[in-house]
Amino acid sequence: MVHKSEISNSSLLETKNIESYYGPIMALKGVSLKVKQGQIVTVLGANGAGKTTLLKNISGVMVPEKGNILHYKDNIQGFDTDKLVQKGISHVPEGREIFPLLSVEQNLNLGAFTRKNGSDIRKDLDVVFSYFPILKSRLAQQANTLSGGEQQMLAIGRGLMSRPSIMLLDEPSLGLSPILVKEIFSILRKLNKEQKLTILLVEQNAKAALDLADYGYVMELGRIVLDGNSTDLKNSKDIQEFYLGAKEESQLTQRRWKNRKTWR
Amino acid sequence: MEILQLIFSGLASGCIYGLIALGFVLIYKATEAVNFAQGDMMMIGSLSIISLTSSTALGLSLMVAIPLMLILMALIGFLIEKVFITHITGESQIAIAILTIAIGFGLRFIAGVIWGYDPQTLESALIGTYYNFGKLVISISEVLVIITTLALTLSLYYFFAKTKIGVAMVAVSQNQLAAYYMGIPVKRMQSLTWIIAGLLAGVAGFLYSAKSSVDPITGLLGIKAFAAAVIGGFGSLPGALVGGLVVGLVEPFAARFLPVGYSHLMPYIILVMVLIFRPHGIFSQTYSKKV
Repeated sequence: MVHKSEISNSSLLETKNIESYYGPIMALKGVSLKVKQGQIVTVLGANGAGKTTLLKNISGVMVPEKGNILHYKDNIQGFDTDKLVQKGISHVPEGREIFPLLSVEQNLNLGAFTRKNGSDIRKDLDVVFSYFPILKSRLAQQANTLSGGEQQMLAIGRGLMSRPSIMLLDEPSLGLSPILVKEIFSILRKLNKEQKLTILLVEQNAKAALDLADYGYVMELGRIVLDGNSTDLKNSKDIQEFYLGAKEESQLTQRRWKNRKTWR
Repeated sequence: MEILQLIFSGLASGCIYGLIALGFVLIYKATEAVNFAQGDMMMIGSLSIISLTSSTALGLSLMVAIPLMLILMALIGFLIEKVFITHITGESQIAIAILTIAIGFGLRFIAGVIWGYDPQTLESALIGTYYNFGKLVISISEVLVIITTLALTLSLYYFFAKTKIGVAMVAVSQNQLAAYYMGIPVKRMQSLTWIIAGLLAGVAGFLYSAKSSVDPITGLLGIKAFAAAVIGGFGSLPGALVGGLVVGLVEPFAARFLPVGYSHLMPYIILVMVLIFRPHGIFSQTYSKKV
């Protein structure tokens, strides 16, 4: 029995003290986090905190200078992206990054580029359509003619086509109306429940992200400064003040970092 | 009848321009670099096929010589990418353009050393065989040029629209970063692009040698083909062929109906007109990114 609980608690993805640079600038200063099988984990933080860099290091677009990235028990840092996609790590980048002049169908099929079995791919295409029916009706349309929300759906659908065990999602709410954010986040929850999709979600929209996620990390200037269950984080005074926009009655209207409650 | 004759020879030379322009567009689409050595690569292809088949050199039959020459051209394309281009990817486009201009000079010099600067012609039954239809004279080589170009353009179109590798190459050209995220081996796709560009230059080289005599300066034809690519809308494969045909058709008509010398000027006059009235070219595909 102990053994069994070990398996269900084992992390699908783990970063251990990874450091990463853009030239002389250190963007990640030793980031460690864990994503367990079936979890939705969110990484919050302001612009320039290093969230996107973190995802790029995990998906192999960047190679960390130091530290380890574990996928189950395998060391995967420094692997090429095509290897990582085959291993089941799918990265849905910030700003959607669709192929603008290709059709919706071609975009989706490119998500399955590393896969060989044609009938499996077609089955997964139907799975994607069951979550994003709008994509089916736009199949032959050129991708840049889609609306912003539809493009985000296409990007997520394309990410699903590699049949990932974990999806790295970078700011899916970027530039979308609150209603669309709600819609896309509820689809993400369904994917997590029904398709057992583990998600590592990077967001600036802290409220939406914490509502969705099981666990959260807060990044600042390349470090993780806070982590906890998302309910705990939602109740944390710092999070409320700096990310959720709550104000304390007694304070001056100006919010100051000096006034934060916890330091690391 | 005279008009028909002019159209026919215009189409044939337009196809050659179109093939070189296809090479330009292909590399531009996949790597965002302009390969100004494309015309000189074609010249190497021409001179190699002449040497391979010449009775004073190797004396091979065309059936053997053409595949050999195409392998050589694919290798040249591959090596140019591996030895020179990969080292400066990420540099500005102008740096890559200057590099390819230099490679073009290099190829011209090497060709001069190997083959000398005298014009050479292909020894083949293809040359000088004509059929008369009334007053219309059709040469076998021109028919060959037109048919091959059409077939090649159609198969390239099919390759880039329908095959997995072809679509992936287009994807790399449209969004390199996203292609990485999909697990597409971007670098291998770029090598493949240069190999295909080498093959295209080889085919164009063979067809050109079937039509005219060749010397190391022939590669400067590439400049006209560049104009053709711009007229067609740099970045569109069918546009490249149409641009080539426009340039090819204008020349014989200008030579016939305008004063001496204008025929060489006309492609550039059309280029300027297109840039003024339709700055993205005739068949441009442009888009703006949604945020």
